[in-house]
Amino acid sequence: MARSNKPVAWSLFAGGGTLAAFLTPVLIIITGLAVPLGFLSGDILSYERALTVLQNPFGKLVIFGIIFLQLWHAAHRLRITAHDFGIRADTAVMIICYGLAALATVVTIFTLLNI
Amino acid sequence: MSRKPFIRPVQTTSWWLNQGRYIRYMIREATCILIGAYSAVLIVGLIRLGEGKIAYEAYLAAVQSPMGMMFHIVALAFALYHTTSWFNVTPKAMPLTFADKRVPGGLIIGAHYAGWIVISGIALFLVGA
Repeated sequence: MARSNKPVAWSLFAGGGTLAAFLTPVLIIITGLAVPLGFLSGDILSYERALTVLQNPFGKLVIFGIIFLQLWHAAHRLRITAHDFGIRADTAVMIICYGLAALATVVTIFTLLNI
Repeated sequence: MSRKPFIRPVQTTSWWLNQGRYIRYMIREATCILIGAYSAVLIVGLIRLGEGKIAYEAYLAAVQSPMGMMFHIVALAFALYHTTSWFNVTPKAMPLTFADKRVPGGLIIGAHYAGWIVISGIALFLVGA
């Protein structure tokens, strides 16, 4: 049987898509809209609180998991959608999409380790 | 020698504008751009947090500015589109059987929506709503 990296890409896409479906809307509300709309107190995003959460290894892991899965879901779907727009250079598209996701993943890891 | 094969002409970039369901398909696919962009906004927030209080508070001010809010409203709309389109295909992506019978699609979809409400509630509870 031919070897393929499809299962890996697809499982990240499916896992990320499921996580994004369940969590991304409420996350966008929490980090971007609840405070300026007065729905939540500004304290929930305060520097001290964010630092406490993200200096905790478990907090780092949760945030990393969310960002990592969202990124790889988006990268895979973008690659497939490029095909729908008539772009047939799949190898180049794959390198750009997965490369950006890999770069952002590495930046996230180093940033979280430095907080 | 075979005849010249017929290749149906297709507009490579605008074919999806012809039908409502293709447009909805493309909206669904486009949700990934907003989900990726939102991830980038979160990563910038982590970087600013690591740089200290002044940098982080400037980041928060930018996120909560009218432009920042506009981005988050658009991102939320696309994220909700992703959620509903994702849940609505779960009976096809993940067909379940129970006692040798197909679990009705509506039940699988409904369970996802119920779980979504519970998870969103837990997330809001954890951040202190």
